[in-house]
Amino acid sequence: MAEINMAKAINLALHEAMDRDQRVVVMGEDVGQDEGVFRITEGLFAKYGDERVIDTPLAEAAIVGTAIGMSINGLKPICEIQFTGFDYYAFHQVEGHASRFRNRTRGRIHLPMVMRMPYGGGIRALEHHSESREAYYAHTPGLKVVIPSGPRNARALLHSAIQDPDPVIYLEPKACYRLFREEVPDQMETLPIGQAHVIREGEDITLVSYGASLRAAIEAAEELEEENIHCEIVDLLTVSPMDHLTVVKSVKKTGRCVIVHEGQRNCGIGSEVVARINEHAFLYLEAPIKRVTGFDIPIPYFSKERYYLPDAERVIVACKETLNF
Amino acid sequence: MPRTVIEIAQKIEYLSILDENANLDKSLEPDIPAEQLKTMYKYMLLGRRTDERMLKMQRQGRLGTFPQSAGHEAISMGSVINIKKDDWHVPAYRELAGMLYRGWPIENIILFWNGFEEGTRPPEEVNDLPICVPIASQLPHAVGIGMAMNIKKEKNVVMTYFGDGATSEGDCHEALNFASVFKAPVVFVCLNNQYAISVPLERQMACETVAQKAIAYNMPGIRVDGNDVLAVYVATKEAVDRARAGGGPSLIEGLTYRLTPHTTADDPKRYRSDATTDEWMKKEPLIRFAKYLQNKGVMSAKDLEDMEVEVDTLVKAAVTKAEEMAKSEELLNPYNIIDHVFADVPQFLQEQRDELGEYMKRENDRKAKKNAKKSETGALS
Repeated sequence: MAEINMAKAINLALHEAMDRDQRVVVMGEDVGQDEGVFRITEGLFAKYGDERVIDTPLAEAAIVGTAIGMSINGLKPICEIQFTGFDYYAFHQVEGHASRFRNRTRGRIHLPMVMRMPYGGGIRALEHHSESREAYYAHTPGLKVVIPSGPRNARALLHSAIQDPDPVIYLEPKACYRLFREEVPDQMETLPIGQAHVIREGEDITLVSYGASLRAAIEAAEELEEENIHCEIVDLLTVSPMDHLTVVKSVKKTGRCVIVHEGQRNCGIGSEVVARINEHAFLYLEAPIKRVTGFDIPIPYFSKERYYLPDAERVIVACKETLNF
Repeated sequence: MPRTVIEIAQKIEYLSILDENANLDKSLEPDIPAEQLKTMYKYMLLGRRTDERMLKMQRQGRLGTFPQSAGHEAISMGSVINIKKDDWHVPAYRELAGMLYRGWPIENIILFWNGFEEGTRPPEEVNDLPICVPIASQLPHAVGIGMAMNIKKEKNVVMTYFGDGATSEGDCHEALNFASVFKAPVVFVCLNNQYAISVPLERQMACETVAQKAIAYNMPGIRVDGNDVLAVYVATKEAVDRARAGGGPSLIEGLTYRLTPHTTADDPKRYRSDATTDEWMKKEPLIRFAKYLQNKGVMSAKDLEDMEVEVDTLVKAAVTKAEEMAKSEELLNPYNIIDHVFADVPQFLQEQRDELGEYMKRENDRKAKKNAKKSETGALS
């Protein structure tokens, strides 16, 4: 199959899922006729009509709340929240219900639903359009939180999310939507949720990242390679439940670790990575683990966004400090 | 135990005073002093021209994505003119004309849409909140301000704004209910422009008007022609007077049409026809108001032209000022992103501030090296 970008890959997965399973419905603000503000739902409305591709009124709580109801009654809703900056409106439905139905009904009711959201900065967007809030969801028991990093894993993980019997928060790094293309196979494929991938092998230092920030880690690794420093990169892909075994295995090999993410540092995903490494590989560490993350401030409006977002330069400096410890 | 009817006495009115052809219903015409009429027109025009200039700047890459306000000037100005400086103005994001009237410098508006938080700092002399992006979330704030007025025995009012899409959000209904229960002196002004990005009004709600939602909250509700500044004036003046006298909140729906895309990133051709937009363009608020002012002898054709020139000068000067400010040391200071999060920077954040300092130092070193190299090669060639 031809090389496609991430926006197209997610769109492809939605087409494939709606095609093979009548229970799949897509809902959200502007997902129908407008085909989504990022055109992720392109072609769906024309193909499947407004019963399965639902332009909803402007109400995030009702979008997620009714998706819960639909999944209780046998459908597989994929709801889109237009930007993560607006997902808070729906948070009581997510935390109070989506995450709890299986537990409180002791397995009698479970919710095969997906909540899709573009997240993160780097596209010069408006205020409230650049947030990276995966930690809130990761902190909520009963949720799976998936963040793809490229076209191929985006498509495969979305299929896994749709097939999952429980709610999956699927965060799309919007800075990567059209950043690069990748070959995807003709056949539909899935990727196990909860499994990290080593995308680059090296023995000197482990870089742990995910989503859009992974680009900074890769760029840093390539530059460090020229200085004969060999980085191993772990792409988490699922931030919760986190695959710490893959991280720990890598850190046992390298003895050093730098975590890179654009979400805020305080109680961020990186904090959990550090804790798991401490619990499982403390005696293998040659240096303290470093975090290259967004600062603990609201993501700045775009004139100063670059001071906030991790870049390769910051990752390189952190790696060198770790290596020279 | 019969099945009976509960009489809800309330009726929903519709008000139009100055129609699209500038025909005036004299019996309904408000008595507005000439100077005030001129002021209203001036800020409607200033809003429109600023909006147009910002669109050009956005197309030239000199401004970020922004939501246009064109077409909403009558609702904004017809209402805001009825409140005083120490009353509160709580906007959504298409009340540009009203914000400028309240004293927001044009350059602040430009700076905001150009990615500077400095643009959101309200002017000192008025009680204004900045624009609010998350839909309907400003409405409970407006009500809280009003509730505080009741507790503090202040004789002020709050004028707040939202769109038709906002009426679907829980925050909107929760705010209306609180205002009603606590008799908060709040005037809710809905800019019903019939579109929430691509979603048309009939998909947003299955009832005929936004105004009728007032019935459920036991407050007066009225729909007015949102392109008729006189109708907006009359309806909001009644609401302000009522609120100030202790009569509680009101809901005013201004029916208009979003003449522009939702934001500069939107393409309305995907979901609506240009023909309808063209039809509504004929009903836009400025032309009929200018005719009214002329017919009434408040402004001559020459006066209107002069005002165009005056407004154009103001906008041009503001663009220059905004672009200068954007290059100023004060606004470029990277520590601005950290220093306003708390009143005092806590220790953990101070450490991150130091990290940013190191980052800046490395960046400056690299720049200096690069420049040195450049001048070296320059000297050689």
